Amino acid sequence: MNVIEAIGLGKRYGSTWALRGCALAIPAGHVAALVGPNGAGKTTLLNLAVGLTAPTEGMVTVFDGWPAGSPAALDGIAFVAQDAPLYRNLSVADMLHLTRNLNRRFDQGYAEARLGQLGIPMGRRAGNLSGGQQAQLALTLALARRPRLLVLDEPMAMLDPLARHDFMAAVMAAVADGGVSVVLSSHVLAELERVADYLVLITSGSVQVAGEVDDLLACHRVLTGPAAEAGSYAQRLDVVNARRGGAQVHLLVRTNGRSGSAPPGWEEHPVSLEELALAYLREPGAAALPGPSRARAVEPAEVTNWQR
Amino acid sequence: MTIDKEISPAGSRVGVAPSDAADADGPASAVPGPASPIEFRLDSGSGVPTYLQLVQQVEHALRLGYLKPGDQLPKVRDVVASLAINPNTVLKAYRELETKGLAAGRPGQGTFIQATLNHVALPELTELRRSLLGWLATADATGLDEDGMVALFTSALRGFRERRGAASGEKESVA
Repeated sequence: MNVIEAIGLGKRYGSTWALRGCALAIPAGHVAALVGPNGAGKTTLLNLAVGLTAPTEGMVTVFDGWPAGSPAALDGIAFVAQDAPLYRNLSVADMLHLTRNLNRRFDQGYAEARLGQLGIPMGRRAGNLSGGQQAQLALTLALARRPRLLVLDEPMAMLDPLARHDFMAAVMAAVADGGVSVVLSSHVLAELERVADYLVLITSGSVQVAGEVDDLLACHRVLTGPAAEAGSYAQRLDVVNARRGGAQVHLLVRTNGRSGSAPPGWEEHPVSLEELALAYLREPGAAALPGPSRARAVEPAEVTNWQR
Repeated sequence: MTIDKEISPAGSRVGVAPSDAADADGPASAVPGPASPIEFRLDSGSGVPTYLQLVQQVEHALRLGYLKPGDQLPKVRDVVASLAINPNTVLKAYRELETKGLAAGRPGQGTFIQATLNHVALPELTELRRSLLGWLATADATGLDEDGMVALFTSALRGFRERRGAASGEKESVA
């Protein structure tokens, strides 16, 4: 099952396309990270997926075919927008009361137990809680709806390091308890490395890379060697990004899972998620879609020649 | 089961999967007791994948005697909640330990240490050390300094590991 699926999705604000020609299928059971520079269209995509805005063209569905924003779709999705929006003048207890009455399903016992564990007082006004507590309250309200899909837009942007850690730990524990898929957006790559097992890279309004993190890491390598040889090999290798010094060059290449694709005398290193994402963000023309399966089919035959 | 009771540290909670935990734990489950003798930590600067860090820490704990057969590994949910990592990462590490024959999952309870790591016997270690010292002397005579030796050894080790990994990968894909 795909928790979010988009075909030819586009959204125009005035004369500017925030998102255009977006094709995407995020499978269930993942913690999917939506990564991209500011203004790339992450928030627009999420708002379309949860039904907060309507597309200008194309369509987006959730849970295999339910149109975004339809009652069945809304019932299964919990969305926490940027900066944990809460009614600042309402008490914590009133926020629970409100959320319970605005939703078909709400686990009051779970919400109260969780807030008790976190030491968040029920009588305190939401606006008087710390930033970390506000984020935890918003997350608790979202999880108490027992969603199948939890959508978080820049959930940690305003949080200090400890609050970030506690927030992400709470999300991961909810995933471990089972039943919830997560899609979260961020432009802080380092904090996603440990949590995300699916990556969607979005640049200037369209999807550039999508796939399981393990697959993406397995089919990319950094090759380091003499800059003078780079030109002749670069044509035969599937080079995503090259970083050159006077004598040395680092090539981030798609090897499609084969080790030993390095030319003789070259060093081959695995890539980190951050390195991979940065390489693609630096080269908006390169794409890895829809995951590594397509890339595998167009692998150049010469690559095998270097295997001893 | 009796093994657990004998060697788990005093005051430890006998492991129960999160879903079965309700009656065993009661309301005190907010502060879980130490169910496992070890606690994982992560070094984000090491460049070692997270799941591999967990595997290596278990192996290290086995070598140093912090973990013995019958001991329970930290429960997936506890690891996830303390390190803020993806549950699949922990599952992958535990699967790897099972593949290596070091641990085994017990349905509804958790993952338990099953075997200890084979120690290389002392005479072999002495012999390996002697040949390594010979290599070091040769390298020193060639003019290589200590950092150079470490770099060369690390690079050779990496090459060795990758070649071995590639060899076993090919076998798997054939089978």
